[in-house]
Amino acid sequence: MIKYVLQRVVLMLMTLLIITCICFVLIRMLPPAILPAGDPHTPAIEARREAMGYNKPYMVQFGIFLKNVFTKWDWGVSDKLYFGQDVAKIFAEKLPATMLVNLYSIIFSIPVGIALGIWAALKKNKMTDHVISTVTMLVISVPSFVYAFLIQYFLSYKLDIFPFLMEGGGNYFKWSTFVSMIPAVLSLSFGTIAGFTRTTRAELTEVLTSEFMLLARTKGLTKAQATVRHALKNCMVVVLPSIFGSFVGILGGSLIIERVFAVPGVGQLYLNSINGQDYPMFILLTVFYTSISLFAAIVVDISYGFIDPRIRMGSRK
Amino acid sequence: MHKDIVNIPKEKFEFAQRDISLHDEKLKTKSRGYLADAFLRFKKNRSSVVAAFIIGVLILFSIFAPIISPYNVKKDKDNTYKNLPPFVEPISNLGIGIFDGSTVRDSQNELQIQMLEAIGVETGRSPIIGHPKEVYYTEIYRGQEVERVSYSVKVNRYYEIGCRFIVMSADEFKKIMAWQDETGIQVLYPYVENKNIYVDLEEGQSVPTQRNSNIWYQCVDTKGNAKLDGNGNFIPAYSTDKSKEGVEYTSSLRIPGDDGSYIYSYAKSGSVEVRVNYYNYYQYLNGRTPMYIFGTDDYGRDLFDAIGMGARFSLIFAIVVSAINLTIGAIYGAIQGYYGGYIDLVMDRIADILSGVPYIVVVTLFQLHLAQKVGVVPSFLFAFVLTGWIGMAALTRKQFYRFKGQEYVLAAKTLGSSDKRLMFKHIFPNSLGTIITSCVLVIPGVISSETSLTYLGIINLSNLVGTSIGELMSISQTAMTTSPHAMLYPSLYVSLLLISFNLFGNGLRDAFNPSTRGVED
Repeated sequence: MIKYVLQRVVLMLMTLLIITCICFVLIRMLPPAILPAGDPHTPAIEARREAMGYNKPYMVQFGIFLKNVFTKWDWGVSDKLYFGQDVAKIFAEKLPATMLVNLYSIIFSIPVGIALGIWAALKKNKMTDHVISTVTMLVISVPSFVYAFLIQYFLSYKLDIFPFLMEGGGNYFKWSTFVSMIPAVLSLSFGTIAGFTRTTRAELTEVLTSEFMLLARTKGLTKAQATVRHALKNCMVVVLPSIFGSFVGILGGSLIIERVFAVPGVGQLYLNSINGQDYPMFILLTVFYTSISLFAAIVVDISYGFIDPRIRMGSRK
Repeated sequence: MHKDIVNIPKEKFEFAQRDISLHDEKLKTKSRGYLADAFLRFKKNRSSVVAAFIIGVLILFSIFAPIISPYNVKKDKDNTYKNLPPFVEPISNLGIGIFDGSTVRDSQNELQIQMLEAIGVETGRSPIIGHPKEVYYTEIYRGQEVERVSYSVKVNRYYEIGCRFIVMSADEFKKIMAWQDETGIQVLYPYVENKNIYVDLEEGQSVPTQRNSNIWYQCVDTKGNAKLDGNGNFIPAYSTDKSKEGVEYTSSLRIPGDDGSYIYSYAKSGSVEVRVNYYNYYQYLNGRTPMYIFGTDDYGRDLFDAIGMGARFSLIFAIVVSAINLTIGAIYGAIQGYYGGYIDLVMDRIADILSGVPYIVVVTLFQLHLAQKVGVVPSFLFAFVLTGWIGMAALTRKQFYRFKGQEYVLAAKTLGSSDKRLMFKHIFPNSLGTIITSCVLVIPGVISSETSLTYLGIINLSNLVGTSIGELMSISQTAMTTSPHAMLYPSLYVSLLLISFNLFGNGLRDAFNPSTRGVED
């Protein structure tokens, strides 16, 4: 197993390196931002660019970039958006907002989603199941900005419960900031809840029909006992890793929600760095999003490797 | 008795069935092919049939809406009728509460109601629909409880515009006058000078008020409270100062109560400023009264047409993308699955690396690099194709692994079929059902991503198609509270489309693979 995990991690790092290299070269091929003449920062940034090898071959540039990142954790300075500031520092400032919104959304979605899934599975092929499954399907199909619109219109405007936009200001643990985060959290949660419901229902219905459940019942356990002790445990083996996977997943997918609710997070930064053509920032965020998607994939892979050794890589049919 | 059975004479033989043709009996039942069988199963799934019907309606909408609509997304942008609700004049006149361009406004004060009334009196089209409802409430004012009244009023937002000040050339002014005489529709209204609106009687001089193109009556204060005559009518404050007139008013149409002394234009450095009744001015510009079935968006475009155009692009784009992805993915997956071994391993690695790049990064990079060279849409297409085929390839590969060991494949191989023939004549048709189904399920994914990206503004399609559903929603965001319709219709369209496609795809999957009903394939 350890060998398997190591193999996956090494492969992931290699993939990350290749993707970073391709993206890096593609981004460096774009003409760098024109620096404002006469600004006190301009000569400093020009000197930095020279040091980062802007006039050298691309692979040399990439080498310098990697060296800076690994030895000094230096991702370059922003040359447009946050003129002259350290990119990594700004990124670190923006990360908490994104993380918190996603964390709250996950904390809210897991119990609701799993409970709905269990309920649907237990009432399989009855009215409850049909209603839950249909609603889940509908909710999964609709894009998240439609929820954002509905929540903003009804909860923020008609009922006036929440503010329209998230409060900035840096202190994320104030009560009012928390309240202002709720619309964003809710909009993110719909899809996640539906995802959990679907996974849990699918897994649990399969486990409930397996033979050891029959054995448990013949042993004399009540239906509730059998479900909690045997069925749920088995079904959670699949559901739990998907929690981690989906946390990482929505971290990358909350761009729209961050824009709609003005969450001062990484997604906003990404959009701004594209529109503002701030390439050092863009490289950092590209690496960030790439590692996230690779990480999500590897987590799912490894967890399935734990559960079902037959699917491990290398064991091909 | 002895018979020589060896030497039977030839003459003794006769043909038993010489004139009867022998053949198998025809099947009495009708035979059904794979597709017909799937179709029969599909028909039983009612929700999918409904979904298919809805998809049909939505596709028809995207085809015919831009044809029906008299507007053009790219050209027809009205700077005044922005974010207004659905309005069609003939239906509005029926007074049944639909297509009347109305919004209900709460907590309006008397002054606001009076201004609306004044617009109705001047233009002849009252913006107030029905009667304003009075709402009483108490308020603490300087330490005392005071009972106040506010009004809840249903307003026609097209008529509410009333008159506008517009600066135009003298030629344009003459053209409007000619048009007025021809059609009998009064576009030009008498000019109002600010100094005539509020004259402080004690001081004996005029006090400038806030400039408002719809205050054409005399007021008793600077806030705009009207001075009423004995019968409760407004007293006009139109300008009669001939020395300020820009171009002489020669049209035979004059507003009621005009004895010829009012001026209709105001000289303004080389051009003239006029007060136009905007609703009529719109008719002059467009040759028709406003007809916005879904209302207008933030740029003053017809939403009906805009949604149709946006949806047209989305659908065509999604179909093209999934067709390309299907082809590339099927070939790639077929090679992977058929040959297996090292070829499979290497190709899998390539696919893995590509799928590791988040598609948002791919799209952005392609936009930055290619958009200027090959155009926005091709680069957008490349971005989708670059990673989009991977899912299809994985699917095909799995199917190939499933079928390549089967006896009939072995038999074909023994008979000397080439690899190509084995792959595409023997194995591929077996996995066709699965592949078609997943193709249908890919379409909503593409539409969803495309809408998200245009919503975020990473892709801008306005040069090519004029708009996109994502862009419509994004620009409607700011005026969401006053004009929810501009957000509602695009989101309704896209939600319905995605839900129906998913339902349809699920039904198709169940129909093609009855054994794996409800299981992810």
